[in-house]
Amino acid sequence: MGVFDPVLELGRGLLETLRSFWFEPTVTYQYPEQKREVRPRYRGRHVLKRYENGLEKCIGCSLCAAACPADAIFVEASENTDEKRFSPGERYASTYEINMLRCIYCGFCEDACPTEAIVLGDNYELSFLSRREAVYTKDLLLESVPTADGLTPRKVEPGVFTRSVPEMKDPTD
Amino acid sequence: MTKQVTLSINGISVTVPDGTLIADAAKMAGIDIPVFCHHPKLEPVGMCRMCLVEVGRPMLDRATGQAVIENGQPKIQFMPKLETACTNRVSDGMVVMTTTDKALDGQKGTVEFLLTSHPLDCPVCDKGGECPLQNLTMAFGPGQSRFIYDEKLHLEKQVPLGELIWLDRERCIQCARCIRFQDEVAGEAVLGFDERGRNTQIVSLSTPGFDSVFSGNTTDICPVGALTTADFRFGARPWELKAQASICTQCPVGCNTTLNTRREAKAGGDVVVKRVMPRQNEEVNEIWLCDKGRFAYHYTESKKRLVKPLVRKEEKLARASWDAATKFAAENFTKFKKDFVVLASGRLANEDLFNLKSLADTVGGTAILYSDMGGGDITQLVGVGQGTNIGKMGAGDAILVVASDLYEEAPIWWLRVKQAADRGATLIVANPRETKLDKFAKFVIRYAYGDEAKAVNDLSAKSKISDEFAKAKNAVVFFGNEGLGLNGTSGLASACATLLKETEHIGRPNNGLVGVWPRANDQGAWEVGFQPEPDLEKALKGKAVYIVGADPVGDDPALGKALKGAKFVAVQDILETATTEIADVVFPAQAYTEREGTFTSGERRVQRFYAAVPVKGDAKPDFAITSQIARQMGVILEGSSVSVVFDILASSLDAFTDLTYEKLAETYGQWPIVGRGDLYYGGTTYENTQGLGVQLAPTAQSGKTVTIPKVRKEAALRPKEKELLAVPVNKLYDRGVTVNPAQLLDQRIGEATVTLHPSAAKNLGVEAGATVKLSFEGVNADVVVKIDDTISAGVALVPRSMGIAIREPVVAKVK
Repeated sequence: MGVFDPVLELGRGLLETLRSFWFEPTVTYQYPEQKREVRPRYRGRHVLKRYENGLEKCIGCSLCAAACPADAIFVEASENTDEKRFSPGERYASTYEINMLRCIYCGFCEDACPTEAIVLGDNYELSFLSRREAVYTKDLLLESVPTADGLTPRKVEPGVFTRSVPEMKDPTD
Repeated sequence: MTKQVTLSINGISVTVPDGTLIADAAKMAGIDIPVFCHHPKLEPVGMCRMCLVEVGRPMLDRATGQAVIENGQPKIQFMPKLETACTNRVSDGMVVMTTTDKALDGQKGTVEFLLTSHPLDCPVCDKGGECPLQNLTMAFGPGQSRFIYDEKLHLEKQVPLGELIWLDRERCIQCARCIRFQDEVAGEAVLGFDERGRNTQIVSLSTPGFDSVFSGNTTDICPVGALTTADFRFGARPWELKAQASICTQCPVGCNTTLNTRREAKAGGDVVVKRVMPRQNEEVNEIWLCDKGRFAYHYTESKKRLVKPLVRKEEKLARASWDAATKFAAENFTKFKKDFVVLASGRLANEDLFNLKSLADTVGGTAILYSDMGGGDITQLVGVGQGTNIGKMGAGDAILVVASDLYEEAPIWWLRVKQAADRGATLIVANPRETKLDKFAKFVIRYAYGDEAKAVNDLSAKSKISDEFAKAKNAVVFFGNEGLGLNGTSGLASACATLLKETEHIGRPNNGLVGVWPRANDQGAWEVGFQPEPDLEKALKGKAVYIVGADPVGDDPALGKALKGAKFVAVQDILETATTEIADVVFPAQAYTEREGTFTSGERRVQRFYAAVPVKGDAKPDFAITSQIARQMGVILEGSSVSVVFDILASSLDAFTDLTYEKLAETYGQWPIVGRGDLYYGGTTYENTQGLGVQLAPTAQSGKTVTIPKVRKEAALRPKEKELLAVPVNKLYDRGVTVNPAQLLDQRIGEATVTLHPSAAKNLGVEAGATVKLSFEGVNADVVVKIDDTISAGVALVPRSMGIAIREPVVAKVK
């Protein structure tokens, strides 16, 4: 073994570094400036969905809370009126809270939901400064309204929403 | 004893009384046959066809009438088609198969048919989670329906049957349990079917809608979510509720209840009572509960709840610490030791009353029961015997109801007395006016107000009614305070007791006297030694008064005046009242939902209630507050453990000897079996797992001879011309502090009324619905006229606790 061997080895290593630096594509995302797109079935933070007309899909049935293995969801229901309508049926969630510290993102709530109102979205940026902040309320979970006149609650014509639960199509996926 | 019949169900040999239905026999053997329309408390109809089973009977030889024997066994002949287990009664040697392919296929088909028009409301339905249709669909239904979803019948959602009960006609499966309950059990046919076939609907036949005080029970036995209560509408999902045993505090029946609680955001994150459900106790309320018990619990969560001790400083009540407040009270009570008066009501638990009585006795004060009804000392002597169960009374027995409208005062007793009459018991109703019980009575006695005791004494003379009463195997007398004050009720109780003694109807089960008290624990107050005071104003004036669980100022301005002249007033209550406003010191007490304790019912059954929700503010249980005050006065009373207070009580009162909390919490098997996983059988009534209570034995049952105290009758009031005799009557939904906060009942409570005879109304020139001025000593009130032609022309009926201070009959003017 010659005296220059270690230097040679060092040079070879440096060459490899330079090669990958110049010729290989970068895999590192410059988070938070640059965000990585998640997979279609990724289970991130929950979103409460709305119908196209802006009415909330959630009917306050509490089945998500029943299905939740971590007991992270708390739902309280109230009755819709035509004067003050939140959802198309008789009942809506007047309180909807998810404790994100408890949630294990298993997606059981999504499975249990009869109206596909709760969906685990693509948001994984959850950080809190206190435990209380980790409890997401309905305002934070509801998706934004598509149009300005789609706000809830709203006044509607009587006799339009007469079913207890809006009729659902078979799930597509 | 009835004949026993042995049959085989699914290969298990079962022995049951003759006449039992197959469905019930199977239940007794632990085999579940699915049912919707069948209910063990109702007559069979066979409407839903869910209980289809294979039934075989021993084949008989036509010539000899003997069973055909084949291979040494009786030959069983199965019917070609399935039979309903809920309409067929058992017979000897019967063979029933409930789980064969044929039976299961029949049951599956029935569920499929029931679901052809049932909406998929389960996620929002209040019944969802405790729904027999849901459960039986999962257990017996087909996975898929062959019917087209779009063909479901659509009707208007949620129509109110009354203001308390909502109907969803789409969900109804036409089992008629609610109609049958109203017809058979409650005896008020206010519901019926309308239309035919698929369009069959439940309708209310009364005005106002669903006019029955038992309406809430139909939601319990409804096997689907068709009938739900307005009170619990969207309140919570059943599986989220916690259950805790309690006792209803609305009347002396002492119905066993279960409080369903849940944490609620609307209530600021507190755990609150979401609904009150009946809890089975076949000797008290069976599986029923009246609407007052079910819906009037809201007062415990009223905004007027007291949460901190208050002490009067410079004319104003200011918050104070427990130490300061109790010390202040103790100092004053010690200062005015000679004038120390405890005024407590039957809203309190036995333990509270016992501590109060002990305090009064030790320091030489008087303990007064805040009540206008006497006779509790007599019910201690000749009360109903240990082991009494009105549900077992029937043919050959007699029940006398005097001066009480049980429907308005103690609905569940009304229900049970009515059912005893249905079973053949001789029901005698003595009342000056027509009551709802008259319809079921064999004899109705009418007397004039004031002649109550005379009417009972007349039953000692020879007559058809008295003969039947005297000859009855068992006899129970219910006496109330309709049209009577303290003296009148004491006299009536004495007369009733004398009658019972003369006819030898005392000291045995199902025999004796029952007081229909105005409050839940009045009997308990008598047991620990409280007694009402005839002249309450005089007893309070210039005294140092310790008022517990009562609102004398709000009830009667005259008492308010007397209390203004008191040396010192300490008030202990759960709610702010007119009395707390004039108090020198106010102690916040815990409601019955927040603590443990026992009540003694009118039938003298001691029953436990348990803590269901957290304590409001700094409130303490009544017995502990009393103990704290007592300690500052140098009297040591148990104040930390309620069961220890009860132990001391049991060791110092003869009637309670050997009773302990453990004994009161004992249960034994009851029929029908309810409240387990099989909600389709008995309804959503809770099973009793926390105690059936113990009935106290009256003195007469111990073998001692009893002497009935004689009561001197006060001279009857004679109204002059243009005057009427105003008599107090009782109303179920009144403005009392324990009912008023329930907004849902507001419509049923209504306005203060005065009931007049048509001729009296004519003389005054008023018609029903008109407003008149009612005035008598110290009272001037605007009231609405009601007309009743069954009363005499000289009287005016004035309901108690409706804002008019009427404690006993008075001469009044109506303008």
